[in-house]
Order: sequence, then structure tokens, then C-alpha cells
Amino acid sequence: MGACNIFEVSTQLLFSQLLLGLINGAFYAMLSLGLAVIFGMLNVINFTHGAQYMMGAFAAWLMLTELHIPFWGALVLAPIVVGLFGIVIERLMLKRIYHLDHLYGFLLTFGLAQIIEGLFQWNWGSSGAPYQSPIPGGYNLGFMFLPAYRGFVVVAALVICLATWYAIERTRLGAYLRAATENPTLVRAFGINVPRLITLTYGLGVGLAALAGVLAAPIQQVSALMGTNLVLVVFAVVVIGGMGSIMGSIVTGFGLGLVEGFTKVCYPPGSNTVIFVVMALVLLVKPAGLFGQTK
Amino acid sequence: MAETLLKVDGLQAWYGESHILHGVGFEIGRGELVTLLGRNGAGKTTTLKAVMGIVERRTGSVKLGGRETIRDASNAIARQGIAYCPEERGIFSSLNVEENMLLPPQVKAGGMSLDEIYQLFPNLKERRRSQGTKLSGGEQQMLAIGRILRTGADMLLLDEPTEGLAPVIVQRIGEVIRTLKSRGFTILLVEQNFRFAATVADRHYVMEDGRVVDMIAAGDVQANVGKLQAYLGV
Repeated sequence: MGACNIFEVSTQLLFSQLLLGLINGAFYAMLSLGLAVIFGMLNVINFTHGAQYMMGAFAAWLMLTELHIPFWGALVLAPIVVGLFGIVIERLMLKRIYHLDHLYGFLLTFGLAQIIEGLFQWNWGSSGAPYQSPIPGGYNLGFMFLPAYRGFVVVAALVICLATWYAIERTRLGAYLRAATENPTLVRAFGINVPRLITLTYGLGVGLAALAGVLAAPIQQVSALMGTNLVLVVFAVVVIGGMGSIMGSIVTGFGLGLVEGFTKVCYPPGSNTVIFVVMALVLLVKPAGLFGQTK
Repeated sequence: MAETLLKVDGLQAWYGESHILHGVGFEIGRGELVTLLGRNGAGKTTTLKAVMGIVERRTGSVKLGGRETIRDASNAIARQGIAYCPEERGIFSSLNVEENMLLPPQVKAGGMSLDEIYQLFPNLKERRRSQGTKLSGGEQQMLAIGRILRTGADMLLLDEPTEGLAPVIVQRIGEVIRTLKSRGFTILLVEQNFRFAATVADRHYVMEDGRVVDMIAAGDVQANVGKLQAYLGV
């Protein structure tokens, strides 16, 4: 197939793929946001992020099947539980490696992801478990059918992303975070407990991944490896947006979801690769990423 | 001397393997303005950092208001009413002027209000929405001093506040430091610029090779000019 000819494609197909792209983009944005916040503050590339996203989905599923807690309860509880797990990881392990090279953080979190995913796979197998949509039905928009829950996910992700941006860029706590990212020693000498701030940041970043996992549960199958492939794309998103940039993560996440959806319509075989092609091009032109600042 | 606010005794400090301070001792009374003088590398900045608890390792004794702080983390030390203005100023580029100003939390009651600080530094008010690092060197220095006045800390550690600034700005900083002293702040000032230091300080401690080697009161400076010049290599 040659170049994409938009007029040969049915509107229905185009819009449903773009919606799918937007939903994928919503997850890219939420996950890369957490990664960006964690990297900015801890200087650790959190490779456990995909596993923590999976843990969010599993927590929601277990809450429903074992404790009969409905989706809306899990949407609040699961991120708290997984966030607390993140806090334990940070206190016990991550805090010991901040003074070392990035590589050690990468290895530690990568190993942790392997262990966590292995344990879940061992206990619950590889085949996914279904999770019923909490908002059944949908709307016929004339040019396409919009499942209600998917519409909700896009709006919820936007709200979550903008709320996180606001918290970091416009609040007192956010100012502490930004300042501590630049010069933790001085911020601490002002009387702020920076180690506690770092722990909290990791807990929040992990909680954000788990929140994305809960939102994903009714769309995808809940399975041990659901975060593995996703996290690779999310790392590409973070690199394209610019390491540590909050707005960069949000815009790039949604934008690349759409690019991917559009590629699925125009040239389906390229849809898995297109994000990495974009990454290579961006790195050639702007090595610090679209929104990144060179130090 | 008034009641002792800061008493440092046998203070030693290290960066990695480098042993920088070899038993520094001095004391400052409440409301006093004292300088640490000495050549480059004598350990003046490290002394401030060691008092603040931001060196890798320190031993000895640093008593603030009679309370030992040698085992405290720097955030806990700051909470006891001591504030630090670093040599490199430490203005945060991701924060605007007002955010920089509001960053250090209040550690005690009785700090200056934002309006009072802007009265002291009118330039900063005009530029309060600018990115902190877009200010001129002098303005950044004013911001670095201004932001620690809000916190209620009554002991200020100022590291070379006049470094690299134009004479007219140095004069302005001098006026501000005298104003702060008249408002009751206790100030430990590190200075290379002795002519500046001599105009503001009550006493001078001279440092050499990580130790305090001499103390000269402001009234005795004239009689000791030769000795001071030898110490400072000027």
C-alpha cells in the first residue's frame, strides 16, 4: 500500500482507530507522567512501572472477586495499596542506590519487575482474567459508536494528567518537588525533609501507575504481563517528550496514541513501530526531547 | 558579649577522603555580626556548610542556643532557627522569583513579611513573576538573602554575599546587612572582601588550613592591619 489516502478510508474505521489511539494515548500519558515525576525527583528510571500498573489492575480484580469491592471503590483503594507497596520498595531498596550511577537503579527496578511479574504469573497464570465494564453501553455519534466506558477513560485520564500537572506546577508541595529536583541539599537545608518528599513522590508515581492499571482492567484482560509491552512504548514516550518534563509527557502520550491509531488506518504493519521511528527522529533533531531542557 | 547563640568547638569535616576542617572553634553572641576571613581554601565555606549539616561527615560540637546539633540532619538544624545563604546563591530556575521567595518554610514565629522583604529589595517586587535565574547577579543575591528572612530564623549564615557584584550593589548589600543587624538578626558572614567586612562586622575570626587561628575585634582592626594583610595575602 502506498501513501495513506484518507478518502479511501471509511469514516467509521478512521474514527474508531483514532478513539483507540486516544485511549492508548491516555494510558501512555498517565504512565509516562509517573515515570517523569519519579525520574525528576529520584533520578531513577523506574523499570518496575509496568509491573506496578499490572498490580493496580490485579488489585482491582482481586478486590472485586475476593472482597466484592466494586470498580469505583477499587479506583480509590487499589492505587493507595500499590502506592504503599512502592513506598516500602523505596524505603528498603531504592534509597540505598541514589548516590550510584543510573544503571544501578535501572538494574534494580528491572529485576524487581521480573520478580513481581514472575510471581503473579506463577500464581495466576498467563491467560488474562476478564473484568466487567463498570459503565456498560455507549453512544451512537452518527459517524461511529462510542463505548461509554472508553469515553470515561479518556476524560478521566485527562483530568488525572491535568490535576498532576497543576499539583506540580502550581502548588506549594509542587514547588518543593521542583526545587528538590534541582538542588536537594539546599532544599533540605531550608528545613524540608527531602528524604520523606522523595518517598512520597515515589509512592505517588507508583499510585499513578496503579490508577492507570485499574482504569485499564475493564478494557484489557487482567494478566501478569499486561504492563511488559506497554512500558517499552511508555519509555519511548518519555524520551520523545523529554526526560522529566510533565507537560511533555502528557502531550506526547496523547499525541503518540493518536499517531499510532492513524498509522493503524493508513499502514497497519507500521503501527507497532511508528512510535520508535518517531523517537529516533526526535532524538536526531532534539536530543533532549520535544519538551526537555538540556542541562 | 551577649548570650551565646552559636558555639562551635573542635569541628572537623570531610568530603569523601578529604579532611577539610581540623577542629574549628568560635562563638557568636545573640545579635552579633561576625565574619570568617581567610584565603581561598582556608575552610570558610565548609565551616558554614558543616554548621548547617550539609557536609558528608562532621564531628565535634555545634551548639545552637545551648542545644547540641552535631548529630541532627540539616532539615532538623534549619528548624531550630538557622538559615543559610549559599555562595552560589542557589536560586531555583524552575521557580519564579516569588516562588523562590516563598520556598523556605517558616521555622519560627516572627519572620519578616513578604511586603517588608520587598521594601528592603524593591527590584524583586517588580520582577516577582520572572524566572529566578533570569535576574541579574545582584538581584539573585538579594533574592537569596530575602527568602531566608521570611522563615523566622534569627541566625543567618551568609556565604560571600558580595562576590562578583558591582561596587554600587556591594554598597546596597552592606546597607541591607546593617539593617538586618539592627533588627536583631545574628549573622555569621564569610567574606573575601575585607574592606567590605570591616564596615559591617563586630568581630573577625581568621581561618587558615581548616582552623580558626585568630580573632580580631572591630575596634582593633586598625592596629592589626599588617597582621590581617599577612593572613589574607593582600
